[in-house]
Amino acid sequence: MPDLLMPFRRLGHAVVERIWRLGFAARFFFAILRYSGASFLRLHLTLREVFFSGVLSLLIIMVSGLFVGLVLGLQGYETLQRYGSTEALGVLVALSLTRELGPVVAGLLFASRAGSSVTAEIGLMKATEQLKAMDMMAVNPIARVVAPRFWGGVISMPLLAALFSAMGILGGWLIGVVFIGVDDGAFWSQMQSGVDWRYDVVNGVIKSFVFGIAVSLIAVFEGYDSVPTAEGVSRAITRTVVTSALTILALDFVLTSFMFRGA
Amino acid sequence: MKRTVLDLWVGFFVAIGIVALLFLALKVGNLSSSHLSDTYVLQAKFDNIGGLKVRGPVKSAGVLVGRISDIRFDPETYDAVVTMEIGGRYQFPKDTFASIYTAGLLGEQYIGFDVGGDEKMLKAGDTIKKTQSAVVLEKLISQFLFSKAADGQDKK
Repeated sequence: MPDLLMPFRRLGHAVVERIWRLGFAARFFFAILRYSGASFLRLHLTLREVFFSGVLSLLIIMVSGLFVGLVLGLQGYETLQRYGSTEALGVLVALSLTRELGPVVAGLLFASRAGSSVTAEIGLMKATEQLKAMDMMAVNPIARVVAPRFWGGVISMPLLAALFSAMGILGGWLIGVVFIGVDDGAFWSQMQSGVDWRYDVVNGVIKSFVFGIAVSLIAVFEGYDSVPTAEGVSRAITRTVVTSALTILALDFVLTSFMFRGA
Repeated sequence: MKRTVLDLWVGFFVAIGIVALLFLALKVGNLSSSHLSDTYVLQAKFDNIGGLKVRGPVKSAGVLVGRISDIRFDPETYDAVVTMEIGGRYQFPKDTFASIYTAGLLGEQYIGFDVGGDEKMLKAGDTIKKTQSAVVLEKLISQFLFSKAADGQDKK
C-alpha cells in the first residue's frame, strides 16, 4: 500500500513545495516594495548597486550587443540578397534587436553577470550571519540589503537593454554599410519607416523593464532563501541563473503574444 | 570605492543609457520625422479590402498622412469598415476618394486619398462615402479571359 502511493506522495510534496516557494517569493516581493522607501531616501545605497550591477555589466553587454549586430548583419544580408532586397537589412536588424534580442539577450546576460553576484553576496551575508546581526541591531535587512539591490537591478536593466540594441544596430550598420556596401541612406530610411517608436521601441523597453523586475527579484530571493552553507549558496546561484533564464524566455513569450498580436 | 568616483560612474552609465534610448527613438524609430501626434479618426467602408492590414499606411499624393487603426466586418451591410487615424494637420474635402492600392507588384497594400474639390472638410468621426475596393487579381484575370472569349464569339 505505501509503496504504491509513494510516487504520488512525492509528486504532491514537490508541487506543494514549489507553490509554497512561489507564495513566499510573492510575499517577499511585497516586503521589498514596503521597505524600499529607505533605498530611495538613502540614494547612495541604490547608486552603489547600480554601479555593481549596471556599470560593471557595461562591457559584456556592449561587446555582446555589437557582435550580435555583426552576425545579424551578415546573416540578414546573406538571406535578403537572394530576394534582391538588401536595403531592408536595416529594418531586419533594428526590428529583431528592439523587439526581441535586445531585451532577451541583455536579460540573460544580466542574470548571469549581475543576478548571480547579487545572490552570492546576499547568500554569503546570510551564511556568515550578517543579516541576523543586522536584525539584532534593529536594522531591517530587507530595507538595508535587499531593496537597494533589487532597485539597482530594476534601474540598470532597461538601460542595458537599450545599450545592447543600440550597439547591435551599430554592428549591423558596420557590417551592412561599411563592409558590404549597402546604401547608407536606404539602410537608415528603411529602418525609420519600418520601426515604429511606440509599437516597437517602447514595447521593447517595457519588456526589458519587466525582465529587470523578474531577474532582480529572483536574484535577491534566491540569495535570501539560500541554505546558509557553502553548498547551499552555490546551489542558490545556480538556481538564480537557471530560473532567471527560464522566466525571461517564458515572460518574453507571454509579453510578445500580448504586444505583437497579428497586425 | 569613493563616493564621488562611484557617483561619476553611475552618472556616466545612466547618461549613455539615455543616449542609447534617444538613439533608438530618433535615429531608429520614426519619432522625429513622421510622428502623427494629434490625430483624428475617419472611417471608410469597402466591399473588399484585399490584404489591407491594421497599422498599414494611409497616403495622399504618396505622402504618409495617417495609419489604419482598425478593420472590422459589418454584419449588416457585409462591408469591411476601416478606421483610420489621420494626422491633425491634414484636412481633406468631403468628396475625397479612398482607394486601396498596392505598393509595387508584391508590396504591402495601403489606402490612398484622391482629393476632391468640395469646400467642406471631413470632420473627426466622419465616414468617407466614395471608396474603391482592392483589386483582386483573380477577378481581373477572369474578367480578362471572359471578355477575350466573348470577343472570339463575336468574330465568328
